[in-house]
Amino acid sequence: MSDTERNWHSHRDAKAARLANAASLLDGKFAKTKDAKAVLETLLSSGDKVVLEGDNQKQASFLSQTLASVDPAKIHDLHMIMSSVSRPEHLDIFEDGIASKLDFSFAGPQSTRISQMIADGTLKIGDIHTYLELYARLYIDLIPNVVLVAADKVDHEGNLYTGANTEETPVIVESAAFHDGIVIVQANEIVDKVPRVDIPGDWVDVVIPADEPYQLEPLFTRDPQNITELQILMGMMAIRGIYERHNVQSVNHGVGFNTAAIELLLPTYGDQLGLKGKIVPNWEVNPTPTLIPAIESGWIKSIHSFGGEVGMEQYIAARPDIFFVGPDGTMRSNRAFGQMAGQYALDMFVGSTLQIDQYGNSSTVTKGRLSGFGGAPNMGSNPTGRRHSTPAWQSLKPKDDPLGRGQKLVVQMVETFGSNKRPVFVDHLDAEEVQKEAKLANVPIMIYSEDTTHIVTEEGIAYLYKTDSMAERQAAIEAIAGVTPVGMRSTEKELADLRRRGIVALPEDLGVRRTDAKRSLLAAQNMEDLVTWSHGLYNPPAKFRSWS
Amino acid sequence: MEKLHFTFKATQPITHPVHIGVVASGDLEVIMRPTTGDSELDIVTGSDGFHDVWQHVLERFFDRYPIQAKFEINDFGATPGVVNLRLTQAMEALKDAQ
Repeated sequence: MSDTERNWHSHRDAKAARLANAASLLDGKFAKTKDAKAVLETLLSSGDKVVLEGDNQKQASFLSQTLASVDPAKIHDLHMIMSSVSRPEHLDIFEDGIASKLDFSFAGPQSTRISQMIADGTLKIGDIHTYLELYARLYIDLIPNVVLVAADKVDHEGNLYTGANTEETPVIVESAAFHDGIVIVQANEIVDKVPRVDIPGDWVDVVIPADEPYQLEPLFTRDPQNITELQILMGMMAIRGIYERHNVQSVNHGVGFNTAAIELLLPTYGDQLGLKGKIVPNWEVNPTPTLIPAIESGWIKSIHSFGGEVGMEQYIAARPDIFFVGPDGTMRSNRAFGQMAGQYALDMFVGSTLQIDQYGNSSTVTKGRLSGFGGAPNMGSNPTGRRHSTPAWQSLKPKDDPLGRGQKLVVQMVETFGSNKRPVFVDHLDAEEVQKEAKLANVPIMIYSEDTTHIVTEEGIAYLYKTDSMAERQAAIEAIAGVTPVGMRSTEKELADLRRRGIVALPEDLGVRRTDAKRSLLAAQNMEDLVTWSHGLYNPPAKFRSWS
Repeated sequence: MEKLHFTFKATQPITHPVHIGVVASGDLEVIMRPTTGDSELDIVTGSDGFHDVWQHVLERFFDRYPIQAKFEINDFGATPGVVNLRLTQAMEALKDAQ
């Protein structure tokens, strides 16, 4: 076949044909709620690559329920691409044969069931990704045929307002809209004019008003009441031994209680140390309410967010100097840009994990639970493509290498034993077993040893970046691993040597008094305190309103 | 509920009694009283089956702080990390008192 005979727009023709088939169900771009199932059965084809929007917080729940209701005789063996597998129907579609293959990033809430379904052969995993990686593949080898996304408001032209929880809608829609994929949107509300245009209407093919607003969870809200003194002690050590010592200016915090403790210690303990104005003005982080005291007391200058957080809307709208807020006055988030910023522009990532092995590799994948990792590996890795320098990055530069360069600080904060009293430090990660069970190409490690620069436990800090060999790295980990089987290998003599060489620091080496680790040191003791700090602008979701 | 008893050789007398922590979920209280001879520990714990973990935490503690005291520990499901925090906090409190 010569070039002149070849059809160079076959994708566009196929899309036009599908939309033509659905013409009777559409009024312009708009379909009726009751026709949603028929719309999907008409526009989808068996074997399609389909992106279903499901972030951590925001779920295209109307479309996912509708997808689970289609006739598997008509639509089957879809290849689903989903950053987050959160809702039961996300997996029901595999049991019913509507879908057969899954590429994903995070499956926390469904991690046990997904493990079982892989073992049973009900579901075939393409791969586990970081968020950024999964978005990247939408433009290379996972170009979607159809994308199913959620919007707050849609105007009559099909312009979308995605509001505070814009999250991953733009990156998904763009991959389809510019490669002849079909963009289907569920809308909370159809309006005459959207507050701002987050997605232009000419990128959108079909809008379906949803029967109820999309699911949105306050997933990252941590009640200060549940922060323990052990977490406070670790937070104090981290502030002195890492934030201050490395002059850290920009940071991403994971979403556990350890980092919530640090956020609430900055305005108190950090202030006592005279660090205000000297450390962490710039953040890439979800807008969690435990940040409010540090913002109000002038510690934090800017925050870019991956997504929104329920209850924070009014507070954020009133602080446009700090957050990324549109001309309409509400926050804009963009998960892809957030992950990019978190990977390339930060001095430091501080997170937590469920297991760390004797070499310093960590994973949240544990026996029978294939949780995936979301964005942690983007933030929690040293981007070797980085070229700009900052004091913190430069402080990790090896001394003896003329071509040496800095490194991102990647900090894991864990208690030596989990709340279930199982050791966090183990010789071998459960993930090694899970790899075999789930037939994965690689062991699902969240953060590799080579990227991990510091580990903080209640025992002390291991400065892993200072170690010269794997044996020394193991000794440093053992020294702070408490009475776990890994920690029991450490001797007093080894510990003394590591302390002398500055590879391990105990609280007393950092000038941290254990008796100062009291809950009264937190800038807010409970949710009510956070509301007070916010001048009444923070509106906690019902499940966090235990005091009233 | 389980009752545990441990004895450790100790060389450093304490002059004051100390009381640290509370019996609350995930926490424990530690009471130390001056004594002579070996250190005797009476532990009441809400979590059964952790004798060896207690043994390890206490061995580590007495390696570092061989104090002569009569210990009463009432534990309500504290992790080894919290146990060690309370024990070491007691040492700081003793140092302050002296």
